[in-house]
Order: sequence, then structure tokens, then C-alpha cells
Amino acid sequence: MLGGYAAFFLLSLYKIDPFLSLPIVAILLFFTGAIFYKVLFARIVKFSDELRIDTSLLISFGLILILSQMSVLSFTADEVSIPTPYSGKGIEIFGMQFPYIRILGFIVAMVTIFGLQIFLHKTYLGKSIRAAAENWESAILMGVNVNRVYLISFALACALAGIAGSIVVVSYSINPAIGMEWSLKAMIITILAGVGSIGGAFVAGVLLGIVESVSAIFLGPYMSVVGLVMFLLVLMLRPQGLFGR
Amino acid sequence: MVSWKKHILAGTIIIFLVGLPIIIKRTDIINLLFLIFLFITLSQSWNLLAGFAGQVNLGHAGFFGLGALTMRYLWLSGLPFILAFLLSGMTSLIFALIIGFPAFRLRGAYFVIGMLAMAEIMRITVGNALPQISALPSEFIVRYSINQRYYMALMLATATMILAYTLSESKQGLAMLAIKQDQDTSEATGVNTFKFKLLALSLSALSAGLAGGVFAFFHVSYYPAHAFSSQWTFDSLFIAYIGGIGTVVGPVVGALFYIALRELFSLLLPLQVHTIVFGVLFILVIFFMPRGLIEIPQKIKIILSYLGLQKVLVKGPSAYPETLSKSNKISNGGKRE
Repeated sequence: MLGGYAAFFLLSLYKIDPFLSLPIVAILLFFTGAIFYKVLFARIVKFSDELRIDTSLLISFGLILILSQMSVLSFTADEVSIPTPYSGKGIEIFGMQFPYIRILGFIVAMVTIFGLQIFLHKTYLGKSIRAAAENWESAILMGVNVNRVYLISFALACALAGIAGSIVVVSYSINPAIGMEWSLKAMIITILAGVGSIGGAFVAGVLLGIVESVSAIFLGPYMSVVGLVMFLLVLMLRPQGLFGR
Repeated sequence: MVSWKKHILAGTIIIFLVGLPIIIKRTDIINLLFLIFLFITLSQSWNLLAGFAGQVNLGHAGFFGLGALTMRYLWLSGLPFILAFLLSGMTSLIFALIIGFPAFRLRGAYFVIGMLAMAEIMRITVGNALPQISALPSEFIVRYSINQRYYMALMLATATMILAYTLSESKQGLAMLAIKQDQDTSEATGVNTFKFKLLALSLSALSAGLAGGVFAFFHVSYYPAHAFSSQWTFDSLFIAYIGGIGTVVGPVVGALFYIALRELFSLLLPLQVHTIVFGVLFILVIFFMPRGLIEIPQKIKIILSYLGLQKVLVKGPSAYPETLSKSNKISNGGKRE
């Protein structure tokens, strides 16, 4: 949500094209995320395991409310979107219309996914992030600075959310209340894919998109329910995710 | 003796509150008290599950909304309100029993997110199925009396408080405390964790549903989906945290504080700002006062004792007030004064 607003803000201030402003939004959100982590979440690391999960969820829940109210105040509760000169235009491939925006969004998503995959598997930092996720105690013993890893992965997550937000704001319209909706969507995809699986997340994202679009035809406004029900079912029956080990 | 004093104090407060509408004729004050009772009930019901059994439930609004929906529907379709009211609690209870079985297969973050998703499903479904505002027909409005609502909320808040108090003193409450502190260890030592978690969820859902019933009885018109909004979950957990999570009186302190602050803010601050203040306050409380306002007297005592102004009054392991009531009993041996 913040990403979308950041893009909107940049556009309205400097008239920068949303796709060009993507890196700016990402960097901005990276540092915002780092600050949030330092101020709020770094304290939680000291807590015991179960308390840590509950507390971080509670804080995020509070944070969503604060941020959405702050955007109501600063941007009003109206729906906003960014019209681009190429909004509405598209190319025809095999008799189907593909809007430029969606294609660009798709390219951005693909680049991000591959970038992330390479980052997590090829660089030292990426490897230490995966190590800390696997078993943070062992990671400490292996000489990984877990606190720094948490900080960077949190900031990175915010930057990625910012990129996603920028794509959302050009393709859809946004309002201050969308934070919860898109967080839930992200959680649905993560659970469907299995936590920690990037390739799985890609497939699950496509799957969710298809399921939602198809169910929109049959169920109309209930389409976001379908995703959530799917999410609950996977959580119950296959908690490791559809593509998890 | 201590326990008796508490009972007498609680009894006096309740008798005073029962008599209050006879003395005070101003409906705005009665209205304010009604809201306090409603929020006491709601946050106590959240506290029953999260504070006592340690299961953080971000889908609490689902039970509240379901209770409100049932009450509204049955009451408007001609059932006596008291029957509709009881049924609203029952619906939430039955629903809790149904979802409790799959929900408690999830643990930690998955339980929290799962419950949140459940409440969202309910909110979207209700919002789509009943998009119209639900207003009372005129013959209901003619007979509308705030005192009736006041007594109902007072009764419900009292009942919930008694329930929480009984639970905290009971063997079941002890089992829930064990689950909260370490689920695996308590399971290994022979606590049926599933049973007690389900018990906590049912009690929580029952009182939340009844609170929803009171809400539907109180409001002349509201959107049915509004009662399912996550705002209700946030309010109840905020109140429980501010007051003191896992304690019996915490929600009362929290609700008084919350309503007072909310009314004050609505006078002083522009719209929407108060949610931000509450959110910030909530995060501050989690970090700096994890046991809520209720620990302030104790902290003052500790500070005073450091300054040498007062002899150390804190006995037992005061660093862990949540186990204080239990450990006091143990450390006193059998000789309770």
C-alpha cells in the first residue's frame, strides 16, 4: 500500500512515470522498512519463540491500522490510480489483447523474481538469509550476523512490496484500506506455495490469479472469498504448501 | 480476607451501577456506560482465549459479528429479544465448536493468520449477501429505551467478569495458563491441550456472540458487515493489552481508559487521528508495559522502595505478575489470610 502511495506521490509531485520511479520507490521503501525494523521489530528478537511470532503479528496488525489511517489523513480516502499515456493501449497477440501495463508489470515481476532467486542462492548475504530462516541458532554458530540478516530481509521485503504496490497502482486503483486485502493475498500465495519457495510463489500467484478471475465469472463479488477459502484448506490439509517439501 | 474485600468491592460497584439509571437521567452518560460495558465484555472475551490460554485470535470480530447478525435477524423476525439474545450467543458458540476442530490443528502464526482469514471471509460474504443497511422498523424505535440496553450490557459484563474470575481461580484456568506458557510441556505433563483450548475458544466465542447481540440490540441502524470489521478485533485486543492481558480486571481498566480517551479525542482531535494515536499507544504498551496499566501500582511500589520511601511490599516473584496470583498462593503455603 505504501508503495502504491509512494509511486502516486512521486508522480503527482515530479511527474515521473510509475515504471521509471520503481527504483526510487523500492529504495525509499527499503529504508522505510529498515527504520521500521530498527524501531519496532528489532526489540522482538529478544523474546522467546512463540511470543515473538504473536507479538510481531500484533504489531503488524496495529501498524496496518496506523498506516492506513495516516494515508486517509494525508491522501484522503478516495480511490486513486495513475493514468499513464499508454494506459488503455495494448498489443494484439494471437487475437488477444494484452495491455502494455500488464505486460510491463509482468516483466517487472519476472525480473524481480529472478533477481531475488539469484540473490538468495548466489550471494553470501542471500545464503545467510536462507540459513537464518532454516535455523537461526545454527546460523549464529556459523558466524552469521542474524540481526543484520533480519534487518536486511525485512527491508528487502518492504522494497519488494513497494514494487508490487507501484504495479498495483497503475493496473488497479488503490485506497487506504487496501493494505489488509493485499497482505492477505500475499499470505495466501505464500501459504499455497509453501513458505520460502520462490518458484512455488510464482506458480501459486498465477494459480490464485486464475482462480480469482474464473470465480469472478461464477461467483461475482465473492471472488476474494474463494482465495481465502483455498488458503484455509491448504493450511489445514497441506501446511507445507502445494509445492513444499 | 483479601478475597472477601474484593468481592464486597465488586458487589458494591455492581449495586451502584444497577441503581445509577434511577439517579441519573442523562442518557448520554448511560450511553457512555453502556459502551464501557460492551467493550469490557468484548475485550474480556478476547482475553479469555488470548490472555488465559495464550491463543492470539485476530478473527474475534467474526464471533462478534455472527452474534450481532443472529440477534438482529431473529429479533426483527418477531422472537422475544431475550430468546434471540441467548441464541446469538449459542450461534457463535456452535460456530466456534465447528471451526475449533480444524483451527487448533494450526499453531502459532498459522492459527493467527487462519483466524484472520476466517473473519475476512465472513466479512466479505456478509457484506455481499446483505449490502443493505439494517435499520429498526418504526414500531421498534417507538419502544426503544436506553435503560433496557444499559441493564442488558451491565448484566452481560458482570456475567463475563464472573466467568473470567471463576476461570482464573479454577483448575481449568490453571491448565490454560500452562498451555499459554508452554504448550508442549503441558501436553507432556498430561494436560489435554486441545480440550482446554477448545473450552477457552467456546467461552470466548459465547461471550463475544452475546456482546454482538447487545450491539445489535443497541444500534438503531448499522451495516451488517460493519460488525465483522477487524476494527472490533483491534479494539478488544487493544483494551486487553492496555489494561493488562491475562488478568481478570485488566479489561475493565482498559475499557474505562479506552472509552474515556476515545471520547476525549473525538472532542479534541480531527476524525481518524484517534485510530493512529491508539495504534501507536498499542505498540508502546506492547514494548514498555507488556502487562498493561494494571502493573502501574506495582511499579510505583517498586520505585518507591528503591527510593527508600517505603518498605518493600512486593513479595514473591514480582517480576512475573502474570503468575503472581498463583505463586502467591503457593508461597503462602496453606495459610491464606
